[in-house]
Amino acid sequence: MMKTLKLPEMITEEKLKDLYKQMWTIRYFDEKVDQFFAKGLIHGTTHLCVGQEASAAGSIAVIGTKDKIVSTHRGHGHCIAKEGDVNKMMAELFGRVTGYCKGKGGSMHIADVEKGNLGANGIVGGGLPLAVGAALTSKMKKENYVVLCFFGDGASNEGSFHESVNLASIWDLPVVFICENNQYGMSGSVKEMTNIENIADRADAYGIPGKVVDGLDMVEIMNTVDEAVQRARNGFGPSLIEMKTYRWKGHSKSDAKKYRTREEENEWRAKDGIKRFKEFLKSEGVLNEEEAKQLQDAALAEIEEAVRFAENSPEPSIDSLLEDLYA
Amino acid sequence: MATREITYLEAVREAMSQEMRQNEDVFILGEDIGVYGGAFGVTRGMIEEFGPERVRNTPISEAAIAGAAIGAALTGMRPILELQFSDFITIAMDQMVNQAAKTRYMFGGKGKVPMVLRTPAGSGTGAAAQHSQSLEAWMAHIPGLKVVQPSTAYDVKGLLKAAMDDDNPVIFYEHKLLYKTSAEVPEEPYSIEIGKADIKREGTDVTVVATAIMVHKALEAAAQLEKEGISVEVIDPRTIVPLDKETIIDSVKKTGRLIVVHEAVRRGGIGGEIASMVAESEAFDYLDAPIKRLGGKEVPIPYNPNLEKAAIPQVPDILAAVRETVKYK
Repeated sequence: MMKTLKLPEMITEEKLKDLYKQMWTIRYFDEKVDQFFAKGLIHGTTHLCVGQEASAAGSIAVIGTKDKIVSTHRGHGHCIAKEGDVNKMMAELFGRVTGYCKGKGGSMHIADVEKGNLGANGIVGGGLPLAVGAALTSKMKKENYVVLCFFGDGASNEGSFHESVNLASIWDLPVVFICENNQYGMSGSVKEMTNIENIADRADAYGIPGKVVDGLDMVEIMNTVDEAVQRARNGFGPSLIEMKTYRWKGHSKSDAKKYRTREEENEWRAKDGIKRFKEFLKSEGVLNEEEAKQLQDAALAEIEEAVRFAENSPEPSIDSLLEDLYA
Repeated sequence: MATREITYLEAVREAMSQEMRQNEDVFILGEDIGVYGGAFGVTRGMIEEFGPERVRNTPISEAAIAGAAIGAALTGMRPILELQFSDFITIAMDQMVNQAAKTRYMFGGKGKVPMVLRTPAGSGTGAAAQHSQSLEAWMAHIPGLKVVQPSTAYDVKGLLKAAMDDDNPVIFYEHKLLYKTSAEVPEEPYSIEIGKADIKREGTDVTVVATAIMVHKALEAAAQLEKEGISVEVIDPRTIVPLDKETIIDSVKKTGRLIVVHEAVRRGGIGGEIASMVAESEAFDYLDAPIKRLGGKEVPIPYNPNLEKAAIPQVPDILAAVRETVKYK
C-alpha cells in the first residue's frame, strides 16, 4: 500500500505499475528506433524522446480514453501513453502498410484519431491551434473531454503558441498546454532563444495559470496535470504547464551535439525519470526490484515483438499512392 | 422552386444561414463577423439569429483561427472560417497547407477535415497591394484542398452548399466586386457539384475560359463580338480544384481556339495550367490558333484607380485577344 504521497484518484497501484512499464516501453521503442537508424534500416528522419518519458507518461496518465492529445514531432512517447499500439507505430516507421498511416506518414505524422491522438506534427507549433479547435468541439458539442496539447520550448516562440493560448483563454476552452522544455530546439538553447526564466511565465500574458514542474518527477507531473485537467473539465479554461526535461539523444539523426557539453548530458542522465519513478514506487511499497525487472523485461519483449511485426509486414502497393487524400 | 433576385452577398449569407438552421455542427468563426457583420457585411444579422457561440467573433489571429477550424473539423464540427481578405491567407498558410490539406493523407486516410474557408478576393476597391490579390493558384497547387471561385449569385449559393457538405477543406473565393451583383436565386437550398464547369454562353468560334469576375468581362466582350460576327463560348470552371477538364476540352474541340482569362497575376496563374491541360489533351489536334492567356500584370495591385484597372485584364483586352485569335484559320 502507498504510504505517503497524495496522487490523483485514478492513479491506482495497478496504474502505477502500468506506468512504470509504459516508461520502459517508450524508452525501448526509441532506443530500438535509434539503432535501426544507425544501421540504415529505417529511412527518413525521427526525433527521439529518450529521457523525456515522464512528461508523456505522467501527463497522459491522468486523462481518460475520451480525452484527446495533440502531439509533436518528438511524439512516440505521447502515442504510446495514449493507448498507442507499438506494432502499428514501428510498422509506420518501417514504412509498412500495417503502420498507423499505412506507411504514408512516418515518424512525424503518427496519429490515432479513434484513440484521441490527433497526431504528431512536423511543424513546430503547428499543433497548438488544432488543440484549440478540438477543445472548441468539446465545448460546443458538450462532450466534456479535455485536450492535452504538447509542444516544445522552441514552439513557444512561434506566433501560433501566442495566438492559440490567447484564443483558448478568451473562450475558456478545455485545453492544457504542456510545454516539454527539453532545453534545446534543434541546437538553439532555450537560454539563448528566450529572455525569461520560465516559459510558464508567459501564461500571465494570457490570463491563465502557469506552472513549472520538474519534468522528470512523475508524481509532480501527475498531480499538476490532474489539477489543470479538472480545471479545464469544469469549464474554467486552459492552463500552461512547463515541464523541465532533457532529451538524451540529438535533435534528429544527424546531430553531433556540438551545442552542449557531455558533462551537461551526464548530469541530466543521472536524473533519469524512470529510475526516479522506480525508487518512488519501491519506497511506497508498490514495487520491489524483482517486479520492476519483470515489467522492464515485458516492455522490451513488446518492442521486440513490434519489430518482428514491422519487419514481417508488407510494403504499401504503389497503387495506394493516390489513395487517402480526399474523404 | 420559387426564385427571386438577390445579391451574391445575400446568397452567401442565405446559404450559410439555411445550413446552420438544419445542422448544429455548422458554425462560423472569423474576425469582426459578430455585430459588425464582417468586413463586407456578409454575416450581418447572423449573430442575432444564431448567437455568439455559433457566430464566433475571433481575435486577429489568422493562424490560430484557421487551426482552430481544422481542429474542430477533425473532431466532428463543420466550421466555416471567414478570412476578412484573401490576402490574409498568408498568415493562415501553415495551417491550411501543412495541416488541413495533408492531415487525412498523412494519417493514412483516417480523420477528415470538413471545413470551408470563405474569403473575399480580387481588386477594384482601391484597397491596394495587401488587400486586393487573387492568390487562388497557390491553393490550387496544394493536393488535399479544393478551390472554388463562384462568379454569380446563383452559383455562389449552390457551390457554398456543396462546400459545406464536402468532407474536405474547401477554399471558397468570393469576389468583392461581385458581392453587389444580383441574379435569380432559388429560395430553397440547392447544391452545385464541385468540379462541374458552367458554359455561361455558347459559341462556335473561340472558347474563353474565365474565372470569377472575368466571367462577366468575358460575357461583355462576347456580346460585343457577336455584332462583329464572332461567336464566343464562355466557360466558367467555377471550381479550379477539381477542374472540369472535359467541358473545357470538348469546347476547344468545337471551337478550335482557346483564351484563358483570370485576374490573378498571369505568371504561375491557373491559366497556365488550363492552357497546358488543353495542349496535352486530344483537343490539341483541333487547335487552329495559339492558346492565349490573359492575366494580371506582374506587379502588386496599385492604389490609383487607373493604374489598378490597368493591372488586370479588362474587356478591351479580351476583345483584342479574341480578334487576334480568330484571325488564324
